[in-house]
Amino acid sequence: MSSFALFIVVLLYLALLFLVAHLAEKKKSKLWINNPYIYALSLAVYCTAWTYYGSIGVAATSGLNYLPIYVGPIIVIPAWIFINTRIVRISRINKISSLADFISLRYGNSRNFSAIITIVCLLAVIPYIGLQIKAISETFHLVTKTATSQNILTDNATFVVVLIALFSSYYGTRYVDASEKRLGIISAIALESFLKLFFIIILGLFVIYFAFDGFSDIYEKASKFEDFKQKNTFNGIEGALNWMILCMISGTAICILPRQFHTAIVENRQEKHIKTAIWFFPLYLLIFTIFIFPIAWGGRLIFDGQNVNPEFYSILIPQHFDNSLITVLVFLGGLSSCISMIIISAITLSIMLSNNLIIPYGLLGKFKSESETQNTRNITNIRKISIFALIIMAFAFYKYFILKTSLDSVGLISFVVIAQLAPAFFGALFWRRGTYKGALIGLLAGLAICYFGLIIPQYYFSYNQELKGVLRDIYHIFDVFRIPYLSRIPEIFFWSLLTNTGLFTIISVSVKGNYRERNFAELYVDVDKYIQNHENAFIWRGTAYVSDIKNILERFLGKKKTEQALRIFNLKYNIDSQTETADSRFIKFSENLLAGRIGTASAKILIEGVTKEDKISLKEVLNILEESKENIILNKKLTEKSEELKQLSEELTVANESLMIKDRQKDDFLDSVAHELRTPITAIRSAGEILADDDDIPLDIKKEFLNNIITESDRLSEIINDILYLDKLEHGEIALNIRQNNINETYRKALNPLLHLIQQKDIHVKDVNLLTNHVFEYDEARLIQLFQNILGNALKFADEKGTIQTEFSIREDRLIITIFNTGKTIPEEDLKMIFNKFYQSKNQNILKQTGSGLGLAISKQIVEAHGGLIYAENSGSGVTFTISLPESITKNEIEKQQ
Amino acid sequence: MKKIIIADDEHKILMSLEYSFKKNGYEVFIARDGTEVLDFLKTMVPDVILLDIMMPNLDGYSTLEVIKEQERLKNTKVIFLSAKNNPKDIEKGLEMGADAYVTKPYSIKKLMQQIEELFEA
Repeated sequence: MSSFALFIVVLLYLALLFLVAHLAEKKKSKLWINNPYIYALSLAVYCTAWTYYGSIGVAATSGLNYLPIYVGPIIVIPAWIFINTRIVRISRINKISSLADFISLRYGNSRNFSAIITIVCLLAVIPYIGLQIKAISETFHLVTKTATSQNILTDNATFVVVLIALFSSYYGTRYVDASEKRLGIISAIALESFLKLFFIIILGLFVIYFAFDGFSDIYEKASKFEDFKQKNTFNGIEGALNWMILCMISGTAICILPRQFHTAIVENRQEKHIKTAIWFFPLYLLIFTIFIFPIAWGGRLIFDGQNVNPEFYSILIPQHFDNSLITVLVFLGGLSSCISMIIISAITLSIMLSNNLIIPYGLLGKFKSESETQNTRNITNIRKISIFALIIMAFAFYKYFILKTSLDSVGLISFVVIAQLAPAFFGALFWRRGTYKGALIGLLAGLAICYFGLIIPQYYFSYNQELKGVLRDIYHIFDVFRIPYLSRIPEIFFWSLLTNTGLFTIISVSVKGNYRERNFAELYVDVDKYIQNHENAFIWRGTAYVSDIKNILERFLGKKKTEQALRIFNLKYNIDSQTETADSRFIKFSENLLAGRIGTASAKILIEGVTKEDKISLKEVLNILEESKENIILNKKLTEKSEELKQLSEELTVANESLMIKDRQKDDFLDSVAHELRTPITAIRSAGEILADDDDIPLDIKKEFLNNIITESDRLSEIINDILYLDKLEHGEIALNIRQNNINETYRKALNPLLHLIQQKDIHVKDVNLLTNHVFEYDEARLIQLFQNILGNALKFADEKGTIQTEFSIREDRLIITIFNTGKTIPEEDLKMIFNKFYQSKNQNILKQTGSGLGLAISKQIVEAHGGLIYAENSGSGVTFTISLPESITKNEIEKQQ
Repeated sequence: MKKIIIADDEHKILMSLEYSFKKNGYEVFIARDGTEVLDFLKTMVPDVILLDIMMPNLDGYSTLEVIKEQERLKNTKVIFLSAKNNPKDIEKGLEMGADAYVTKPYSIKKLMQQIEELFEA
């Protein structure tokens, strides 16, 4: 493929990234913002060119050693649910935007410490960026089959790097507040992570199934190599030890690498996204590793005896088969790995560079007198230039230092250097006693060991061969520290971290810390306790005026935003807006407002400039913290109590409402009962009065009146019986006599006594039986009563010459009985109410109900006692009652009903 | 001879009222609900109407409303005879223009006296 064509492909690819970043920034839809998978994919920025190309080289040349950079993170990531959740919280409440801010704030917010951490990160990461540029350049030439040009102006790789630099400085500095989320960049990174995995899967499948005949074919052929067995075992204790330490190195790196800190912490939008990441990201790494082995050994088989760089097997294999599509895809996957690493690393380093070196050591004075717009412009410009400069520096580093070294070793050295921050980093999370001095001296000692042990031999020796002899002699002095089983990198990692951690621990426990360190130690270690009122837990005493601090804030936030922030602050703490003096909460609040823009150290320096702080002793700090902790606990208890009371009062209101409804129902019920009783009593009374007063009453009329008295008395007692019966049913006082019965027979028993009434009204009765089994468990007497009530009801409302149709069926293990009658339908609003006792519809005055008004209420109770359901619906020309009963009744249900 | 319409859907109550009013010299017309009352009124002007409130098809209140609209019935006495004994219901009945509201159960003798008094007043 020609250089020009590939360059166009690269341009198109970058255009795609621009488009994705642009769309994500512009749309900001929920899909982008609240997507845990975008977050988890962005973490895969961890897989750089070193992973993509380098680990294949390692697998081919030194066997299982390619695994630790995946295994280390896979072991460590589950702990993120504990570690990263806390770091995210700490960073959120302190507006932390970089690794340097995170560590230095804990150790007293020191400007010097944050600067040193920044330098460590620069030292570790710039060569690493250089490494990516090297990979881009070399693969570019490999794909185009051109020679690497020494003239950077004619080297196409140069232009690719410049394009990446432009992209990062444009999208990386969209927000002046560094703690803001960069949606565009992160979406582009997530896309790249997806693509590089996708492309390596394609390549893997190509190698396994196209170049070879399946995985076992590769394995079988490769196992004939003499060194195969040796490269796929741990090589005894020695190998295992090295392997284990390599796992530790990469496990540390996945937590501390600035770009990982940025994607995992600064760009975290919701804590719950960590939950997705802790399974998704290890899975991602696992899929990646699956294909390393076949590609590496496939490459060795294909290129056996040829002088090729095994790191580039992934490009050489498809090229060997003249498959330029897969070659270009693999190249783009590698490009993705490089670009995302370069972009995120450059952004994080530029934030650290501007917030922890350039601004605090050079520009604070200037910022104090500039306007907000000018300051915002200055800050973004500093970051833009930093990003550009960093990438160019890395480019230079690649050109002059790492041309000849392998991707793998440069990557590992970076990891070891960055691991020097581990004691201070993890100490910040878990150890209250850790001090600034301990952390600083430990770090410097560890760095010194790395410098002499790794950096000089790696870069200096490879660059300047002549001095090698002299230095080698000096190095012999250190030979006493050689650990026979360990290779160079694990050995230096071991010694540097041992010294670093040792000094950190010893100095911290023997030197008294500063009160500010201790204050932040509490805030970090007990972040959950202070998360709501962290400004309260910040200890500061002295004199400060709100107006002075406001002045500073306005220089960075502008008048409008400053006032808005102050309003929120005053509201939160219930402070009068006229208050003139600032308290510790306001100091912390203001520092936070500035921290995102200029870093925590600079924020502190600026605020210090307008305040006069009194010294506080460590003892006092501890006392105040203790007090504030108690206050917080007390506050929490009070809040809980008040919540409880609120809930209770709500419950009471609900209970009261339901009591009132019940009371009204009871009144209505009594009213209905009285009304029902009055009608027969009236008839009895009238008849009695006539019989008593009238002596000339004809005998037949007299008899009729006497009969009336008798039937109305019966009616009275029937109503009373129904009421009592319903009451007992409702209170579960009537035990059901559950037996196995034939439902057809039961229905017949209910229907037969009604037949003469049916004939009278000339109603057509039919039943449809869809049952396969007729035996069910129920109380037969109650079911007869139920059928008679419903049938009686149907009979009452069915029009003359109408139809009553009953259907039996089984649906989902339930016996379903429907009874339909033609005739008047029930108003929709009444359908549910008709089962209430004495329920009378809204039109009660028009349609006088027949019977005691209790039949349907009793029916409902009977059905419910059987664990069933009953409801009525209007269906076409009439009304259908549906009864659904469980096929067999469990004992529990009966007991429950009783 | 005074004419009376008795409207109630309870057969047994109607029986005793019919017997007593006939015995006391009234010409009695029996209605099962409001619509039957209105049918009678098309062709006659009764002296008294006894109205139950809860009846099928047309209830007592609505029947009274129609009666009150007709000028020619202005001398007809209308008496509600109901088992509804809530003060609310009684008030409503009287407000609508009923001449009396008698609750069930009642004494036929007293009812008769009440009607006589209505004529004398």
